[in-house]
Amino acid sequence: MKARITITLKPGVLDPQGKAIEGALHALGFGGVEGVRQGKFIEVEVAENDPTRAREEIERMCKQLLANTIIENYAYELEAA
Amino acid sequence: MRANVIVFPGSNCDRDAAVALQSAMSAAGNMMSAPKMVWHGDSELPESDLILVPGGFSYGDYLRSGAMAAHSPVMREVVRQAKGGTPVLGICNGFQVLTEAGLLPGVLMRNASLRFVCKDVYLRVERDDTAFAGHYKKDQVVRIPIAHKDGCYFADPSTMYLLENEDRIAFRYCEEDGTITDAANPNGSSANIAGIYNETGTVLGMMPHPERLIDPALSGTDGAKMFSSLVEKLH
Repeated sequence: MKARITITLKPGVLDPQGKAIEGALHALGFGGVEGVRQGKFIEVEVAENDPTRAREEIERMCKQLLANTIIENYAYELEAA
Repeated sequence: MRANVIVFPGSNCDRDAAVALQSAMSAAGNMMSAPKMVWHGDSELPESDLILVPGGFSYGDYLRSGAMAAHSPVMREVVRQAKGGTPVLGICNGFQVLTEAGLLPGVLMRNASLRFVCKDVYLRVERDDTAFAGHYKKDQVVRIPIAHKDGCYFADPSTMYLLENEDRIAFRYCEEDGTITDAANPNGSSANIAGIYNETGTVLGMMPHPERLIDPALSGTDGAKMFSSLVEKLH
């Protein structure tokens, strides 16, 4: 199965990169832009075909390595590879 | 002293750290064996009196600084020995690795300025009762260089409360006279934190590089006292 994992900074965690992007968008004339936050997107293919077991595996990957849960949240979608 | 320096792909301060320790040994007339360099892929780590996790860009800072290195084979042994009380010093990328490995709380995020900052900074010594800081005096101001882009220390409010109340902050960025100000904070760290200890004061992580200022030829020697203290206390 294929997992599409999105990792985002938790609300309230300072995101200077998001701020810089927001500033650049304003400079380009996108005046109404606010609340820009930068995150990560990771695609993972797993051999496991059972959705429940695949979810467990992806959960462990996220907690152990892919996200730092002190500052980041993760979410994912599973689909047949 | 049996000192081991962990070397990851992308470490670049490993040799400097070994030289700093070796010169502190020589200065103390301590002719014990030279620090051993231990490759990250080794699953065995000789029993140690001191483990140094050096600065650099382990694994190219992929994913998050220190995240990949924290899961390399040798780190399991580093964590095991650290939990058994072996002193561990993580400098710069080493600090990032120790937080990712769970030996120290919190996380080092991108500098608030988004810039790589490379300069000497002033630090206020917050504790002098550890093996690392025994040759400094509490509240003393020292000058040590920093060189990082991901040095903004962040922890949740309950962790910050613990660090402050358990006296676990090792160094804070300060003005030359020791005052703690926002202007003296080079990277946006919470409470101007430059380095922290674990619960037992045996694991120290710090962003500044004491190993880079140990020789008068390099304009200062404030870093040398960390290594002389370790040699005296741990021999």
